[in-house]
Amino acid sequence: MKERLAQMKEEAIRQIQSSDGLAKLNDVRVAFLGKKGELTAILKGMKDVLPEERPMVGQLVNETRESIEKLIEETKAKLEAAERNIRLQQEVIDVTLPAKKSRVGHRHPNTIALEEVERIFVGMGYEVVEGPEVEYDYYNFEALNIPANHPAKDEQDTFYINDKILLRTQTSPVQVREMEKGKLPIRMIAPGRVFRSDEVDATHSPSFHQIEGLVVDKHITFADLKGTLAEFAKELFGEGTKVKFRPHHFPFTEPSAEVDVTCFKCGGKGCRFCKGAGWIEILGCGMVHPRVLKMSGIDPEEYSGFAFGVGLERIALLKYEIDDMRLLYENDDRFLKQF
Amino acid sequence: MNTSLSWIKAYVPGLDVTAQEYTDAMTLSGSKVEGFEKLDADLEKIVVGQIKKIEKHPDADKLVVCQVDVGTGEEIQIVTGAPNVKEGQKVPVVLDGGRVAGGHDGKRTPGGIKIKKGKLRGVASAGMMCSIEELGSSRDMYPEAPEDGIYIFGDDAVVGESAVKSLGLDDVVFEYEITSNRVDCFGVLGLAREAAATFGKEFQPPVVTESGNGEDVNDYIKVTVKDADLCPRYCARVVKNIKIAPSPKWMQRRLASQGIRPINNIVDITNYVMEEYGQPMHAYDLDTIAGNEIVVRRAGKDETFVTLDGQERKMDSSVLMICDGEKAVGIAGIMGGENSMITDSVKTMLFEAACFDGTNIRLSSKKIGLRTDASGKFEKGLDPNNALDAINRACQLIEELGAGEVVGGAVDVYGKVKEGRVIPFDAGKVNQLLGTDIAKETMVGYFQKIDLAYDWEKDEVHVPSWRQDLECLADLAEEVARFYGYDNIPTTLPTGEATTGKLSFKLRVEAVARDIAEFCGFSQGMTYSFESPKVFDKLLIPKDSELRKTVVISNPLGEDFSIMRTVSLNGMLASLSTNYNRRNKNVRLYELGNIYLPKQVPVTELPDERMQFTLGMYGDGDFYTMKGVIEEFFIKAGLSGKEIYDPNAGKPFLHPGRQANVIYDGEVVGYLGEVHPQVADNYSIKERVYVAVIDMPKVVALATFDRKYEGIARFPAVSRDISMVMPKDILAGEVEKVFDAKGGSYLEHYELFDIYEGSQIKAGFKSVAYSLTFRAKDKTLEEADYMPAMEKILKALEGMGIELRK
Repeated sequence: MKERLAQMKEEAIRQIQSSDGLAKLNDVRVAFLGKKGELTAILKGMKDVLPEERPMVGQLVNETRESIEKLIEETKAKLEAAERNIRLQQEVIDVTLPAKKSRVGHRHPNTIALEEVERIFVGMGYEVVEGPEVEYDYYNFEALNIPANHPAKDEQDTFYINDKILLRTQTSPVQVREMEKGKLPIRMIAPGRVFRSDEVDATHSPSFHQIEGLVVDKHITFADLKGTLAEFAKELFGEGTKVKFRPHHFPFTEPSAEVDVTCFKCGGKGCRFCKGAGWIEILGCGMVHPRVLKMSGIDPEEYSGFAFGVGLERIALLKYEIDDMRLLYENDDRFLKQF
Repeated sequence: MNTSLSWIKAYVPGLDVTAQEYTDAMTLSGSKVEGFEKLDADLEKIVVGQIKKIEKHPDADKLVVCQVDVGTGEEIQIVTGAPNVKEGQKVPVVLDGGRVAGGHDGKRTPGGIKIKKGKLRGVASAGMMCSIEELGSSRDMYPEAPEDGIYIFGDDAVVGESAVKSLGLDDVVFEYEITSNRVDCFGVLGLAREAAATFGKEFQPPVVTESGNGEDVNDYIKVTVKDADLCPRYCARVVKNIKIAPSPKWMQRRLASQGIRPINNIVDITNYVMEEYGQPMHAYDLDTIAGNEIVVRRAGKDETFVTLDGQERKMDSSVLMICDGEKAVGIAGIMGGENSMITDSVKTMLFEAACFDGTNIRLSSKKIGLRTDASGKFEKGLDPNNALDAINRACQLIEELGAGEVVGGAVDVYGKVKEGRVIPFDAGKVNQLLGTDIAKETMVGYFQKIDLAYDWEKDEVHVPSWRQDLECLADLAEEVARFYGYDNIPTTLPTGEATTGKLSFKLRVEAVARDIAEFCGFSQGMTYSFESPKVFDKLLIPKDSELRKTVVISNPLGEDFSIMRTVSLNGMLASLSTNYNRRNKNVRLYELGNIYLPKQVPVTELPDERMQFTLGMYGDGDFYTMKGVIEEFFIKAGLSGKEIYDPNAGKPFLHPGRQANVIYDGEVVGYLGEVHPQVADNYSIKERVYVAVIDMPKVVALATFDRKYEGIARFPAVSRDISMVMPKDILAGEVEKVFDAKGGSYLEHYELFDIYEGSQIKAGFKSVAYSLTFRAKDKTLEEADYMPAMEKILKALEGMGIELRK
């Protein structure tokens, strides 16, 4: 019996090693280890083995079975790996074929620029608020220290509905509406559409967008205004951006300033983009005029504030190097797809 | 506003700066220099030469050969075709290797034209004699220059010296952007005062000396101001024995730098003082003034008047007129009359320097449709205290230039004298506002530089009347800031109570709309809020529709931009049309923009501004694509209930069989559909167009970003299919209503998986199949659990005339 076992083991090993596929290997397993296989047949001869030898023979049978099983497992793993490799080789694809894209739309460059500005100011604790586009003359002018017949009213080329109601020429009326609510301190930005009676051309549109900013609190200083806008410019145009404050005049701020940033194309050296100046004008700002605070019910002796107004289109045109404002309102798919 | 550097230097003799330094420093101290032009930028190696000899060119009839002394000791030979040269004349000569600004046709060449010696028709020529145009200017500015030919200098020109200098072209002209509050800076003196303060140099305004003979002006003219509210001050002087002649070169050059054409001494002096003092003046021929009197009064209703440009203009009673004893002789502050204008034969003239109400001048100028240099200055609101100085300055110049004999004394009708303001000062508060720590003495120093007096005892600043813009401490803070330098103010961030940065809920819902639209392939467009009233016809909106009640712009850019939109579709369809006509395929656009619904017509209060989420597309996709976008949006906006689509939307601009109102919670929140082919045609789109409009205020009211986890189903679901044949006009929505009503609590979900009309089905019917999924949260469902619901559903369906297929 010992000899039969040894013979069988040898034969099994030979057949396992010569198996060239998983199916064949399975046949070998069934032939040797199956219910009707050789090992079972050999076990049937156990009854002829002397009782005292049985434990020894039994152990031998188990060892033989285990070593065959082990070899089958090992061979199986090898064969499986080989077969997988063949399959992988057959499954090579051309990765340069065109992609299957899900069709995603594009955001308007104005909105992308606006969201950047919002992100910066929300991060600094500003609330984003809105006001009406069709507005009372009072909020658009009078409450901003631009009384009736003020020349600044002419400068803005206002669209009127009647003598009390107009299309707002600036987002500044939102300042007044916010201050009138009487909740202090205020840190807000107010983006929105504004209207001026300008004919459409490459740099003008009768309808465009501004972002107004307002901070009112105790001890707000011009230095705070400078710091805030310097931070804003760096965030928006890049770390190296420098700002320059130039004195200017707005009826609703005093002192007032216009702000230039270093040209982000040439870094301030002067190029075609900044018309050689090295600087690009981006916004107007100033300390809220005490009269404006007073008219909105805030005591200028106790509180001070600063305000600024940015042209959204101006930022979008500059940032994305769009050379004609009309493109922003044509909505040509080929234009929008670039953002 | 322009000034030349040399004119500024006339009052700030110590000023020694380059054009760029001047530009930068003036801009930073508040007088923004927009740009400058160096008059000699393209002029090089140009000297005064004297023509010694002229000979005919041997081979050309139209050319002559000149020997020219250019001050080097040796004469040079120049060939020219200019017809006006004569021996002995002094002319500008550009030497070999030099440059001129342009051609003699007046066209400038960027960078100039290089002149080299060469031969003209075989004769050597070592340079070029120049016309005024070649030197970059014009006969307008150099009236003495000949019409066609070489510029000829006066005898006083020195041979060999720079011709550029002799012509006064060694100068820079600055262009400023002066803000409307700085009325004083619309005169050269005002800017010179700023320049002196900016560069820390002494300001030396002209010293106005007394002028006039022993006569009394009151014997010549009487002035009555009837409407003193519109004319706070009227000054008049008289000049007799006028000798009209050209004004001196220095005056001509200064006027030219402002872009003002020199005419003759009288006109030039008037213009010169207007530029210098910022005070417009007018000169009348006194012999045309009836009754030797001037009356300042409002015009009569429908009064007409011929201005000195020969135009007849119509007045109304708000326009202020200057009249004599009989008739009007000028429109106050705007333009004089033809009947009293100065001519070359003038003997005696009346000089006027007045102060008119700025607002009235501005409105009158608008009404009459005539804006002049003078009205442009008056409308800013001039300082009445400037008027007498200006007229005296003009008379001083008349005497200095020998242009006439000034009559002694001035008529000065001046009611309430305008006093300068006194502003209580507080250096601490200024520092507090600016965030600085500037010494009070330094601040006072800044004030003194610009002629603001400081009273140490009372701690007050006395503001001269020409600085009408300075009213309160904040204004003084700006004066401090601009001379301290905005650049030198520290940069800090606001301290104090922290605030929460956030977007309003409305803006957050709008952001979701943008995200969903873009995920679904729609790009964001932006269109105008105003449009043409013709839009309603284009959209087939009936004449009596409420939508035609609009907010109307009273002064639109044109009819096409005259009403505020009440529907958002026109902008969308126009944009789609643009794309279609540019052959862009498969275009999907969306817009978030307001419509403006008036609360009453005509408008007396602010309209209802409603944000509309408008989607539009052509090409790939259909009605159900659009419907999908809406549903995705609603889910993300937290509208977790079920939308109902009512096909009876009644939208005239949509396909009658392919439109629906979107109803949520019993309320119409929007609509969608295929655009009516007639409307698509009106917008020149030859494809099916689909649109959807969501009324955002309603969605915002329903939206929420709160979510609750409901658990994930742990027990298996049972799925049952229902296959039906039904009349075509039964809507899927009606069938689904049955599922919702009868499905019971175990019905988790249902889904349409087949719909068919055609040859297999009898005419007028369709086959529809749904798969229903039942599930319980707490157990595995047995047939007995869901069959009652199933039976109820089937019974109800049968009740609707629906055949069930087994």
